[in-house]
Amino acid sequence: MSEGVEALIKTTKGVKETPNNVGTAPINSNKELESNTTPGVWKSLLSDLSIGAIIPVVTIVVWQLAGNAGWISAEFMPTPLKILDALVELAVSGELIHHLGISIGRAGIGFLIGGILGLLFGVLTGLFRSVEYLLDPSVQVLRLVPHLAIAPLIILWFGFGEISKVVIILSGSFFPLYINTFMGIRNVDNKLFEVARVLGFSRYQQLRRLILPAALPSILLGLRISLAVAWIGLVVAEVIGSQSGIGFLINEAKQNSRTEIIFVGIIIFAVVGKLIDSLFHAIERKFLFWRDSYHG
Amino acid sequence: MGDAMLAISNLNKRFDTAAGHVQALYNVDLQVQEGEFVTVIGPSGCGKSTLLRIVAGLDSGYTGSVTLEGVQIGGPGIDKGFIFQEHRLFPWLTVEKNIASDLPLGNKEVRQKVDELIELVKLKGFEKSYPRELSGGMAQRVAIARALLRNPKILLLDEPFGALDAFTRAHMQTVLLDIWRTNQTTMIFVTHDIDEAVFLGNRVVILEPRPGKIRNIIPIDLPYPRKKTTTSFQELRLKVLNQFEKVDELELTDGAGI
Repeated sequence: MSEGVEALIKTTKGVKETPNNVGTAPINSNKELESNTTPGVWKSLLSDLSIGAIIPVVTIVVWQLAGNAGWISAEFMPTPLKILDALVELAVSGELIHHLGISIGRAGIGFLIGGILGLLFGVLTGLFRSVEYLLDPSVQVLRLVPHLAIAPLIILWFGFGEISKVVIILSGSFFPLYINTFMGIRNVDNKLFEVARVLGFSRYQQLRRLILPAALPSILLGLRISLAVAWIGLVVAEVIGSQSGIGFLINEAKQNSRTEIIFVGIIIFAVVGKLIDSLFHAIERKFLFWRDSYHG
Repeated sequence: MGDAMLAISNLNKRFDTAAGHVQALYNVDLQVQEGEFVTVIGPSGCGKSTLLRIVAGLDSGYTGSVTLEGVQIGGPGIDKGFIFQEHRLFPWLTVEKNIASDLPLGNKEVRQKVDELIELVKLKGFEKSYPRELSGGMAQRVAIARALLRNPKILLLDEPFGALDAFTRAHMQTVLLDIWRTNQTTMIFVTHDIDEAVFLGNRVVILEPRPGKIRNIIPIDLPYPRKKTTTSFQELRLKVLNQFEKVDELELTDGAGI
């Protein structure tokens, strides 16, 4: 027992000691750096936000005032404050989280299956001409069919259950990832292939060290587009017929003439969609920092 | 000359295009000894790059024989290091990872050799930099280190300093000569800069275009390090230049040392 305690003390001591041993100078300079840059970052972030916020804020204020003045019908166009009330009500009752969770789960599963298939087929057609000749023409024809047009067929086949929803979502998210992966692989600079030949890369090395990293920007773009399409597919799948999810919430509100809840659903779709997209954009930047391109 | 490291004999290469065919190389014969520094110079279209790419195994479809240590060249490989005009580094890898490429940096031996090469090409402190953060000369030095890590029997350089400014180019020439003397790697260096060819090579091979063939080979028997301002250097430079004046279509590009 006592040995254990001693060991514990030792380790905490060790942890305590290290920062002191490292030296104070670099820590100080780090702090200085932080205090110098932080206001600048906040300032630019705030100014970016404020410019971007002008249009939404003005719209909301005008909307609210017009509603108060009775210029627009509350039935068709409830005021922002009424929508906010509905949002709070749904959030407090826990309904919102429940339906949102179900929606995200559906979109996630559909996106995962569609995305993995798209990536797999994209890699195969990108790497092998024979697979391209076999698959690509069919995929290109199917791609041009709006995936929402086949939704009724999917429901006919799979019913109104979860499977048909996931199939609708995955059928949409397959194509962007497929095409971008395929194009990404085919656009790898031939000059770098010559380098790979001179360095004696094996076929596997070529794939791992050249093709995949070079195609990554395109693959990540495909991922983001696929995700957006999955989100759209989700709305369709849930509005067509379901007992849960944000789409169901909207549909039910329509039948009960609760327009403000329709708006809540729309806002949730927009905000969550934007958050997911921002997350993937951040991932993109983390992986593609080496790119030397125009940043605007 | 039976024991030449690289033996090219009766090499012919033709490009067939829609407009007809171009004789890129015509009956080229050349032997390069181990440890030799050969520079190849000629106007555009004389086939100097094609010659180098054939030796590297990057181009095929020629007639004649090209052997490295007695073995016919099959395809590209690490025994024939190649430096392109552009650095062609992998933009997503740091300097040290670019040098290692497919070799594991975790391996002690690789790590040690990479560190030595970074020292040799004078890039200490830039191990973790990305290609976009490097100047043209630095990036080209990384490319040279990448080739040298594989211990090539021969290093083939295709106008490697052509895109650099005059000062950086002069500096890179000195760096390359240092590397050559330290490692004693056999080098073939293609250029369109007469000063560069005379400054670097034991021999200058002069090619002429249409069809691309060897006009003359001029030995440069000046001791290293050479000075471009000495009379003996200038005499040899004139000797090479005179070869060109016999070729009417002198098409040296901007920035060449004339």
